[in-house]
Amino acid sequence: MKKKISYIILTSVFIFIFIVFFKGMYKNNIYKPLEIKNKKLAEFSSKDLYFNKEININELVSNKNFTIINIWASWCIPCKLEHQNLMKLSKIEDLTIVGLNYKDKTKNAKKFISDLGNPFYEILTDPDGTISIQLGAYGVPETFLINRESEILKKYIGQLTFEQTLEIKKIIN
Amino acid sequence: MRSLKYILIAIFCLFILQENLKANQSSFLVDKISKNLRCLICQGQSVYDSQSDFALSMKLLIKKKINEGNSEEQIYTYLKNQYGEWIVYDPELNKKNLLLWAFPLILFIIGGLLIFRKVFNNY
Repeated sequence: MKKKISYIILTSVFIFIFIVFFKGMYKNNIYKPLEIKNKKLAEFSSKDLYFNKEININELVSNKNFTIINIWASWCIPCKLEHQNLMKLSKIEDLTIVGLNYKDKTKNAKKFISDLGNPFYEILTDPDGTISIQLGAYGVPETFLINRESEILKKYIGQLTFEQTLEIKKIIN
Repeated sequence: MRSLKYILIAIFCLFILQENLKANQSSFLVDKISKNLRCLICQGQSVYDSQSDFALSMKLLIKKKINEGNSEEQIYTYLKNQYGEWIVYDPELNKKNLLLWAFPLILFIIGGLLIFRKVFNNY
């Protein structure tokens, strides 16, 4: 009887461990920041790409209903692919797009914009990448949707898709 | 006049030595903190081991924070606030990971009891 109980306990422990690991196999292990909602935007100042003028992000965001901060670089292929989506979003009246040029050469960044068009109201620079870390970004490209109170409403990691632009439009309207 | 020259050289050397020590301390702390942080891009590596652009930027930010006078704990808190508990290799005890922390202890107690029973029964 005692042997039977130990056998049952051992088997159930084994089954439990098997189920946990089996379920874990199908779980996406890539980190996605889910608790980002309504977090305040980190305050930072940076130089403008074209005029080298120091600009404070909070001043920029505070007088706009909705702002998108898009981290991009001329060397980043997904940034090129998402650019047309940003161009479409730039036509929305209630939305301002601010670019944060990540670890890029000024010449290449300017060429990128002149070749593909400029969806940005302002382009700030992040030459050593520390501003992006302060923002809580973890890759290029990355897009943040921010409201007038400097709260992050949405964060899109990676290339901004057409479906995500529709979602942004829905939030704004 | 000559002794004044020697004194000035000695002060200058001391100043350089002190600056060097400060820089070494700061770089030691950057290494220590970055070893405890998970890389954002190569998620199996620490920030210290990774050569990705974001890991390099993070090391720079840690260095800036140290130079601003932030303590090790303040830097961890700041990064946890930006990226969540996930960023550190040593997560705090909370409701979500209670079982993870308690499981080894439970196993240890059960194992200890089994050994104790076995030894006690033999006597």
